Amino acid sequence: MELDKKLIGHTFKPFTTTVEAGKIRLFCKAIGEEDPIYTDEAAAKSAGYRGITAPLTFLRALQADDPNKGGLLRLLNVDIGLILHGEQHFEYFAPVVVGDKVTCQEKVVDIYDKKGGALWFVVQEMEMKDQTGKLVAKGKGVTVVRNPDAAKK
Amino acid sequence: MTSVPKFDQVKVGEELKPLVLPPVSRHQLALYCGGSGDHNPIHVDLDFAKKFGFKDVFAHGMLSMAFLGRLVTGYAPNNRVRKLGTRFTSITWVGDVITVSGKVTGKREENGEKLIDLEIKCTNQNGQDTLQGHATVAAV
Repeated sequence: MELDKKLIGHTFKPFTTTVEAGKIRLFCKAIGEEDPIYTDEAAAKSAGYRGITAPLTFLRALQADDPNKGGLLRLLNVDIGLILHGEQHFEYFAPVVVGDKVTCQEKVVDIYDKKGGALWFVVQEMEMKDQTGKLVAKGKGVTVVRNPDAAKK
Repeated sequence: MTSVPKFDQVKVGEELKPLVLPPVSRHQLALYCGGSGDHNPIHVDLDFAKKFGFKDVFAHGMLSMAFLGRLVTGYAPNNRVRKLGTRFTSITWVGDVITVSGKVTGKREENGEKLIDLEIKCTNQNGQDTLQGHATVAAV
């Protein structure tokens, strides 16, 4: 297996998703987060937020709302069982709250291998804008692909 | 409610109050699969995980990163967090007991904001780091 470095620079189709209270509630249950700013509008507003607020890493769950989900794996022609998450970074410019319509745009910025091609690394950058067009967050993720041929050598 | 850190009172080297989590359970991974929209079966389907060479299912990296987020938003409010990032350095298995810890590594002013840099990490019951991360929050 070898990944095609010509895919560096590939830009995915942007999509827009609405931030939903129920999704945030389930996310908080899963991670053990109990701060009421993530579930209770009155608590969020009294803490100075516009509304029920997205936890910091919920942005990745918004990325998963992509109607063309799995686009990276299809682009790389890689099986989902071979990938691991290598790194994830977020920069926050403004809180995202329930009701916001967030537009996500992702692109591939680097592809490289280590250990003689046993592991491949795909670096993606993401921008998130709200319904007014304001940049609310940037993300950078590294996906690691385990080369299934490496063990056979 | 988390209060905003006071820049003058923050000392480089001081540690955040650690967070010790309940053991990671299969139930939690199922909840996170649904809650995060990351439906990769490797985290919830034992047959699938074994087919790809793993002894068991394992936690989503982003579940542990959410624990880092909880530590940071316990130190400074959500709307004061400017950066959160991590490397995923080893796999978190079902049953692992994760401790989230952090310390202040720097104080600086940038774009008119008083920023505090944090080094944060997740460590398992064997003392092995599973995530090595960093965060930046804005103080007053």
